Amino acid sequence: MDLSDTAVAFRSAEYRIDGRRIVGPLDLIVSRGETVVLLGRSGSGKTTTLRLINALVRPSAGDVVVGGISTASWDPVTLRRSIGYVIQEIGLLPHFTVAKNVGLVPKLMAWPAERIGKRVGELLALVGLPPAEFRDRYPHQLSGGQRQRVGLARALAGDPPLLLCDEPFGAVDPLTRSELQREFRGLVHRLEKTVVFVTHDVAEAESLADRIVLMDEGRCVFVGTPEAFTRSTNELVQGFRT
Amino acid sequence: MSFLEYLIRNGGLVWARTVEHLVLVGVSSGIAVAVGLPLGILITRNAKLRGPVLGVANVLQTVPSLALFGFLIPLPFIGGIGARTAIVALILYALLPIIRNTYTGISGVDRAVRDAAQGMGMTDGQLLRLVELPLAAPVILAGVRVATVIGVGIATIAAAIGAGGLGVFIFSGVAMVDNAQILAGAVPAAVLALLADGGLHVVERRLDWTRR
Repeated sequence: MDLSDTAVAFRSAEYRIDGRRIVGPLDLIVSRGETVVLLGRSGSGKTTTLRLINALVRPSAGDVVVGGISTASWDPVTLRRSIGYVIQEIGLLPHFTVAKNVGLVPKLMAWPAERIGKRVGELLALVGLPPAEFRDRYPHQLSGGQRQRVGLARALAGDPPLLLCDEPFGAVDPLTRSELQREFRGLVHRLEKTVVFVTHDVAEAESLADRIVLMDEGRCVFVGTPEAFTRSTNELVQGFRT
Repeated sequence: MSFLEYLIRNGGLVWARTVEHLVLVGVSSGIAVAVGLPLGILITRNAKLRGPVLGVANVLQTVPSLALFGFLIPLPFIGGIGARTAIVALILYALLPIIRNTYTGISGVDRAVRDAAQGMGMTDGQLLRLVELPLAAPVILAGVRVATVIGVGIATIAAAIGAGGLGVFIFSGVAMVDNAQILAGAVPAAVLALLADGGLHVVERRLDWTRR
C-alpha cells in the first residue's frame, strides 16, 4: 500500500452485464481511515460497487484503484487477503468451527498454527465473545448477533487496513443491531480502519458514516456527511429519507 | 436340494464367488470414483462441457446391461471375455450417479459461502478443497452409494461374459431350473448390496457437517 491518503479510488468505473449498465460511471475517493457508507435500495448497484473493490467483479470501463494500484494489476488473491470482507451471517463456513472461521485468512497466508491460535483468541475477545466458550462452536450453534461478531473477527484477522461490509447487520434484530453498530463504530475508529459499508438502512448509514454515498441506478446521486445528508434538498435524498 | 443344503455343501465355492463379485464391484466403483469425481468437478468449472459429459453418461446408463457387455466383447484392449470387460462395463454404469452427484453437490453450495470464501482470498483450488468438496461430500457420497448398489446388481450379469461372480450361480440355476442355486447367487448378492448401502450410508453421515 502507498502512503497517500487515498485508500480506494473509482475512476469513471463502470460495470455492465450484456451491455446493460449496472454501475457507473462512478468517480469516488475513499480516504484512509474514513467510513464511507454506500446507501441505496436493492438493485441500486451498491453491492456491485463494493465487489469492484475486492475484484470479485471487474470494471467494464474505467478503473478501480486500491492502495495506489489498479485492481486490474493486483493479483486478486493477494488483494482479497489484504482486505477484510464481512457479509451477511451466511458467509461463515458452516463446516468450520468459530476458531477455524476466524483463523481462515491467517491460515491462507500460512501463519504458524500457534500464532493463528493466539490471534483468534485476541480477535474473539475484541468482538466480545469469550474465546474459551466460543472457539469450538459451529456457526449454527450461534445466535445471529454472535455470528455477525464472528464474521467481523474473521474480517479483521489478517489486520487489513481496509474493511468491506455488505449489510453485515441486516439479519439481526433491531436491538442487537444497534448494539453491534455502536461497537463496530468504536472498533474501526480505535483500529483506524478504512471502511466501505453497504446498507439500505438510513439510520444505520447516519450512525456509522463519516460520509454517505447515496446510490441510485448505479450512480452516486449524493456524497456528503450525515449532517449534509439530513439537510439535503436533493429530491432523491429526500425521497430516500422518508 | 434346498437352498440351505446347497449353501452348506458348496460353502467354499459360494464364498469364492462372493469374493470375485466384491472384486468386480470394488475395482469398478473405485475407478469410477477416480474418473467421475474429476469429471463432475470439471463440469462445475466449464459450462460448455456440462451438456456433453452428462449426456454421454446418461446414454451409457440407458443401454441394457447385457447389451453393453455384448458390445464390449469385440473391442480391442478393453474387450474380450472375462473380468476386465465386466469391470469396464460396470465403470460405465457407475459414472452417471457419481458425476451427477458431484456436480449437483458442488453447485448446491450456498453462493454466499462461496462468495465469502473467495472474498477472503481463497484460490480456486482452496475453494474446492476447503469449501466445496467438504460441503458437497454427503451428496457426492450418496452418488457413490447408488453407483455401488447398482453395481452389485449388474455384476451378477457379468457372469454371462465369463467374469465370474455370484451371477454364475444364477445363470446355471436358471439353466437347470434349480432354485437353490439361483438363491445361492441371489441371496449373497442382496446381502452385499445391503452391506454396501449401509456401510456407505454410515460414512455419508459422518461426513455430513450439519450433524456436528
